[in-house]
Amino acid sequence: MKILVCITNVPDTTAKISFTDNNTKFNKAGVQYIIGPYDDYALARAVELKEAQGGTITVLHVGEADSDPQIRKALAIGADDAIRVNTEPADSYYVATQIAHIAQQNSYDLILMGRESIDFNSGVVHGLVGEMLGIPSFSPVMKLDIKDGKAEFAREIDGGKEYLEATLPLVLGCQEPIAEWKIPNMRGIMTARTKPLQVVEPVSVDDMTSLESYSLPAPKGECKMIPVEEAEKLITLLRTEAKVL
Amino acid sequence: MITETAENQTLIEQTVRDFAERHIRPHIREWDESQYFPTEVFHQMGELGLMGILVPGQYGGSGLGYREYVAALIGISKVDPSIGLSMAAHNSLCTNHILMFGDEDQKKTYLPKLASGQWIGAWGLTEPNTGSDAGNMRTVAVRQGDNWVLNGSKNFITHGKSGDVAVVIVRTGEPGDKHGATAFIVEKGTPGFSAGRKEDKLGMRASETAELIFQDCIIPDSQRLGEVGEGFIQSLKILDGGRISIAALSVGTALGAYEAARDYAKERKQFGQSISRFQGIAFKLADMFTDVEASTLLTYHAADMKDRGEKVSLASSVAKYHASETAVRVSNEAVQVFGGYGFTKDYPVEKFYRDSKLCTIGEGTSEIQKLVISREILRD
Repeated sequence: MKILVCITNVPDTTAKISFTDNNTKFNKAGVQYIIGPYDDYALARAVELKEAQGGTITVLHVGEADSDPQIRKALAIGADDAIRVNTEPADSYYVATQIAHIAQQNSYDLILMGRESIDFNSGVVHGLVGEMLGIPSFSPVMKLDIKDGKAEFAREIDGGKEYLEATLPLVLGCQEPIAEWKIPNMRGIMTARTKPLQVVEPVSVDDMTSLESYSLPAPKGECKMIPVEEAEKLITLLRTEAKVL
Repeated sequence: MITETAENQTLIEQTVRDFAERHIRPHIREWDESQYFPTEVFHQMGELGLMGILVPGQYGGSGLGYREYVAALIGISKVDPSIGLSMAAHNSLCTNHILMFGDEDQKKTYLPKLASGQWIGAWGLTEPNTGSDAGNMRTVAVRQGDNWVLNGSKNFITHGKSGDVAVVIVRTGEPGDKHGATAFIVEKGTPGFSAGRKEDKLGMRASETAELIFQDCIIPDSQRLGEVGEGFIQSLKILDGGRISIAALSVGTALGAYEAARDYAKERKQFGQSISRFQGIAFKLADMFTDVEASTLLTYHAADMKDRGEKVSLASSVAKYHASETAVRVSNEAVQVFGGYGFTKDYPVEKFYRDSKLCTIGEGTSEIQKLVISREILRD
C-alpha cells in the first residue's frame, strides 16, 4: 500500500500571534513551528498501518525550506521519503493543486492529512484534492482500518459518529483519536538524516484570492468574580455587559 | 544554514521535551513527596533510545555521541532533575563501564538489555568510609579457583535496590594501590548480594539511592570487567565522562529554575507593574542567564572534546564544577524571585533548590573538581 501523508508547518499552539507590514503579514520572528497536530495524527495512523500491513509512506509538504526540520521529524517518526513543493502556499486551492499534481504522478492508495491546518483552519484541502483527482474524500475521520483493499472508517458527525466503508484510493482528513500520537525515537532521528527529501518546483496556479489584512481578536477583559449569593447579578451582567442573553 | 548535527539536536530536544511534558511533569510532586522511583518511566525512555544513547546500534543502542547525550540529559533534567540523575547514572556509569571495558560476551549479554531500558543499571564505587578517598575502599574480592568471593558494602548507589545489574569496583590488592581494585558485573538475585537501606534524601527524591551489600557473594571470573587490578583506573576514566553527565544534569537543573523564575517575573505584578521591570529582579535574571549560558557552553565543549576522542579530565571537571555551582546559585536566586511562593511546594523552584545540591557533591565534590583542575593546570 502506498500512502501519501500531507503535512502543514504551523506555529506552535502556544506561539504569540502578531502581524507586520500594516497587518498584511504574519510575524514569524521568534515563533516556533510544529507539524500541524491533526497532520501528526494522520502520520501516526499511517505509521501504524505500515507497521501492521507493510507499504510505504511518503510525506508531502507545500512550503519553503524553513519547513525542513518538520519534514525531518516526519521522517524520524516513520515516513520513508519526503517531497517538498518549494513555494510559499497562497491559499487552499493553490495547496490542493500542488498536492493533486504530485498525487497524479504517483498513484497513491491512500492520501491522508489533518482535518484542517491550525493556522488558517480552512479545512477544505482534502475535499479539493479529492475533487481534482476524481476520488472520494471524507473528513473528519477519527478511526481507520484497511481490509482487503477497502477502508473501514468512522467520521465525526453532529452528535455522534458515522461508520463508513469505501474502496481505495481515498483522500481522508484525520483527527484524534485515529492513532496514538508518536514521539520520534533516537534511532528514527538518526535514520531520518539519510532518507530522501526531494524538492520540486510548483505548478503554476491562477490567483483566485488575495489577502487584504489580518486582525486579532479583542483582548480578553478582566475576569469578574461574582459570589454565589449574588447569582442574579451574573444574569444582569450577562444581559447588559456581555450581551449574550 | 542548519547543519545535520544541529538539526538532529533540535529533534532530540523536541523528543525529550514532548516525552517529559507528557510522562514526567504531571507526576513530579507525587514522586518527590513519596520518594517513588518510577521504573516504568525508564522503560519508556528505553523505547525512545534514551537509556543507551552512547551504545552502538549493534548492541541495541542509539549510537549517538556525547553532544546528543548532553542535549537529551539537559532536556530531561530541566523538567525533573531526579529523573535526569537516574538517566545519567544508568547511561554513563553502569552501561558505559560495560561498553568501554567489557569483553564481547559481556557486551552482547548486558548492553541490549540496558540500552533498551528493559534493565536498569547501577554502579558502585563509594563506600560508607570512602567517598573521595576511593583508593582505600574496604569491599574486597578474593580469588577462589574460577570464582571471586566478594565481601563488604557500597553506599549512596543510584538504583541500589531496583537495579537489575550493578558494576562494582572492589579491592583485589593493597589499599591505596592504584592497581589494587577490580571491576565486576553482579546481577540482582546473585546469592550473597542484596540491597540495604534506601536513603531518605533532601532532593533528587525520585532517584533511588541505596546500599549494596556483599556477604560471601560468589561471582564467576567471567563477570570480571577487564584485567585484575585495573578497576580503579577504569573508574577514573568512567568518571571523566560521568562528569560531563553531571554537568549536563546541572545545566538542566539551572535552566529549569531560571526559566521558571523568568516566566514568573514577567507575570507577577507589584506596585502596578511586573516585577521583571524592577532592576533588582531584572539584573538577577541577567546574572542567572549568563551563568547558565556559560555552563552550557563549557558542558558542550567537554562533550565535543569527548566526541573527538580527546582527553577530557580538565574540561569535564571545569564543566562539572562550574555548572553544579551554577545550579545551586541559580536555583537559590529562583526561590528569591518567587518570594514567599517560592518557599511553597505549589511552585516548582523549591524542588530545584533541593535537587541542585546533589550536583556539587555527586561524582566528585566541587573540592575534588578543584583538585583535578589544579593538578591539570599546574602539571610540569
